[in-house]
Amino acid sequence: MNEGKATRRWKRPPLIANPTLRWTLWVGTAIYLAFAFGTMEVNWQRVAEGTERGQRFLASFFPPDFTSRWDSILEGILESMWMTITSTVVGIILSIPVGLGAARNLAWRPVYLFCRGILAVSRTFPEIILAIFFVKLFGFGPFAGFLALSVGTIGFYGKLLAEDIEDMDPVQAEAIKSVGARWLQWLNYAVQPQVMPRMIGLGIYRLDINFRESAVVGIVGGGGIGATLLTAFDRYEFDSAAAILLVIIGIVMVLEYTSGYIRKWVQ
Amino acid sequence: MLRIENLEKFYPTGDHALKSVHLEIPRGQVMALIGPSGAGKSTLIRCVNRLVEPSSGAVFLGDIDLTRLGSSDLRHARSRMGMIFQEYALVERLSVMENVLSGRLGYVGFWRSFLRKFPQSDIDQAFELLERVGLDHMADKRADELSGGQRQRVGICRALIQNPELLLVDEPTASLDPKTSRQIMRLICELCEERQLAAIINIHDVLLAQMFARRIVGLQHGTIVYDGPPEDLNPDVLTQIYGEEDWEATIERVKDEDDNGDAGLADNVTELKPVS
Repeated sequence: MNEGKATRRWKRPPLIANPTLRWTLWVGTAIYLAFAFGTMEVNWQRVAEGTERGQRFLASFFPPDFTSRWDSILEGILESMWMTITSTVVGIILSIPVGLGAARNLAWRPVYLFCRGILAVSRTFPEIILAIFFVKLFGFGPFAGFLALSVGTIGFYGKLLAEDIEDMDPVQAEAIKSVGARWLQWLNYAVQPQVMPRMIGLGIYRLDINFRESAVVGIVGGGGIGATLLTAFDRYEFDSAAAILLVIIGIVMVLEYTSGYIRKWVQ
Repeated sequence: MLRIENLEKFYPTGDHALKSVHLEIPRGQVMALIGPSGAGKSTLIRCVNRLVEPSSGAVFLGDIDLTRLGSSDLRHARSRMGMIFQEYALVERLSVMENVLSGRLGYVGFWRSFLRKFPQSDIDQAFELLERVGLDHMADKRADELSGGQRQRVGICRALIQNPELLLVDEPTASLDPKTSRQIMRLICELCEERQLAAIINIHDVLLAQMFARRIVGLQHGTIVYDGPPEDLNPDVLTQIYGEEDWEATIERVKDEDDNGDAGLADNVTELKPVS
């Protein structure tokens, strides 16, 4: 075919161009992994004992007992729902100004840095740490849990709102600016329609997260179904604990399905 | 009507986009601004309504120097200038009607606009305009359900409901097929004629510019290199604006069309001939 012409070879260029760096990274990773697994101490005797204990522990969950502690289970669930709904609503309302301020294409530089700071701080601490902190401040009970989840929601929702605003189509925004709209009108006509469907979806997703987290914050004293669960464990009432876990799983599944459905519908 | 004096624009990247541009446009004149990509056409019209801040110079709309306005006066001045965009720039998730009415935002308070309670006169005018462009039955459709040509018509309605004195038109046909392009250009020019509107139309299609505008301004590297009637565009001028190329064909075709309809686009001719 190519008479008198040398065949030209082609190879896909490597991701890291410098061969020394590339090989150092490969070899370094391999050595580290070898050491890491090599130094992991596994006491097989204790694993064997643990398996047996685990079987006994699991067996004591069955059959789940819904009846003897039903009143406190119901109370815990209602408290968790209260926490979930109030903290989602309050968190989202508070996160809107923060999110607007944290969008680079909207806010004046110092405001941007300030709002990004708020988001960074509230995102640094997981809900459980926040809950421990608020329980120390305001005492045991669902109010501490509510505050922890609200702050968590601000960090989550504010950051995603800011990012969604930064990703919006600038031409649509420019068009509404060019007709002489006020700033609030501009937000309402150019920004809001662009971010709304995603933000509704994320709001419902956050509701879902907050319910699951409400079970976690209860364990450190933040009230709700988590507190009921902890009590059941402390009393060695594993059959009641199993009932509580089943109720939590059921509610999470219902939320999961409805949120998936609603998110599809708003798109 | 519009007077641009000594307008300069430097971008932070160091680009000198506009170099001492002088331009005067009387009431009712439709002017086409041609030039290669990157010549500064977009920058020029965006410096007029200050979507881009000019570096120096003055832009007079009537007696007002737009470059010196504070934010509230600027809003008011913007409501007197309608803008039509290349990619239509409709807010896609709003309805056609909301998009048209958004042209009234400069005249309506926040709560009225928030609750979508526009004055009846605005709504009447919106329906009139939509009827004029043949889209009144689409009022409650979402903007992203429309075709390109329909979207651009809504964009034109949004600009006109402002009751502007000046239209700034940025590549109105760049995303449209040749037939729709001509229809859109014809619509814009007819409406300008009816309402005695001045217009600056950025367009890279020399043919369309020659067909529809009474005055052509050529911009190259931020400097005006041609300003005159469409008939005087010759290969030398086009070479000066765009660079060396065989221009005879372009000019030839325009002459054909003047004589006996659209030689090159025979299929569309009948429908495309100006209705007068």
